[in-house]
Amino acid sequence: MAKVTFDENRCKGCELCTTVCPAKIVVMDKDRINIKGYHPATVKEMDKCTGCASCARMCPDVVIKVEK
Amino acid sequence: MAVVFEKTRGLAEKPFHYCPGCTHGIIHRLVAESLDELNLIDDAIGVAPVGCAVFAYDYFNCDMQEAAHGRAPATATGIKRVHPKSAVFTYQGDGDLASIGAAEIVHAAMRGEKITTIFVNNAIYGMTGGQMAPTTLVGQKATTAPYGRDENHAGMPLRISEMLATIPKAVFVERVSVHDVKHIIQAKKAIKKAFQTQMEGKGFSLVEVVSTCPTNWGKTPIEALKWLQENMIPYYPLGNFRNTEEVK
Ligand SMILES: Cc1ncc(C[n+]2csc(CCOP(=O)(O)OP(=O)(O)O)c2C)c(N)n1
Ligand code: SF4
Ligand code: SF4
Ligand code: SF4
Ligand SMILES: [Mg+2]
Repeated sequence: MAKVTFDENRCKGCELCTTVCPAKIVVMDKDRINIKGYHPATVKEMDKCTGCASCARMCPDVVIKVEK
Repeated sequence: MAVVFEKTRGLAEKPFHYCPGCTHGIIHRLVAESLDELNLIDDAIGVAPVGCAVFAYDYFNCDMQEAAHGRAPATATGIKRVHPKSAVFTYQGDGDLASIGAAEIVHAAMRGEKITTIFVNNAIYGMTGGQMAPTTLVGQKATTAPYGRDENHAGMPLRISEMLATIPKAVFVERVSVHDVKHIIQAKKAIKKAFQTQMEGKGFSLVEVVSTCPTNWGKTPIEALKWLQENMIPYYPLGNFRNTEEVK
């Protein structure tokens, strides 16, 4: 069991995290906008997360925390 | 559940002002994590440049000093000589370091100042709106090179790491990139090694990080990383140019 959490209001919607997830579960949430006005990144199928932290290492804005 | 990854205490809480997807943010994190993991952050002193990283003093959880454009190595020289036990670093862009500050970096290296320079090469003047830098690639467009850099007019891009590696007291020089997770991990190893070299008192250390400027390159952050990989790395090959192990 692994879990990622997003410090959502730091997210700038750059999409870099979505390109590095081996499970391909990091997506942009097109239904919402954050305080900066961007669609934030999110994970919808958390059960597929392996806790590899690739998304967190790629993020330029230190948005993502990973637990396992 | 155990924490696998979270924001390092080496970074302050303040969110970065950088454009979406700008790799300055990744590089800040790697520097802060390295200083924290080496137990150097509490006494570290950084010198911020003029360039997009001008506000770096707000982002690192250590003492910081702003320098005049290109003069960070001179400022850091004074700081290190007064605080020899502190890890002292400069964080500089390619306009800052390779253009107006070219003399300062060469002479700090020549003197073997025990400082670490993080050199962020994004092949452009980011902050001022995308003018050509000494590092801009041949054919690369910039506001001051609208048809692309012409080598007959502007010369060939400067390879700072290769040049500094010829200086005897520049004891650690490595070029890294942050275009994917594997390279980000390698970049952090080099930054840590550079700080270790400094703390062992061996001489000057520099890590050149090939970086992006999606905004002034006119690309999305994803396209910018691909452009970096396909265009920057062939001209700016990654690797170690000087290592302490070779130094007596
Ligand atoms: C003495 C002086 N000359 C020129 C400038 C204008 N200036 C500000 S930032 C900059 C270049 C920044 O480029 P770089 O160092 O590559 O940093 P980046 O923004 O790309 O990270 C210039 C020329 C200045 N601030 N001071
Ligand atoms: S930790 Fe790994 S598996 Fe989980 S969301 Fe991030 S990249 Fe995907
Ligand atoms: S990499 Fe970071 S800032 Fe960019 S979309 Fe993902 S979480 Fe947001
Ligand atoms: S202008 Fe370029 S270097 Fe500066 S913050 Fe924006 S993307 Fe980064
Ligand atoms: Mg630059």
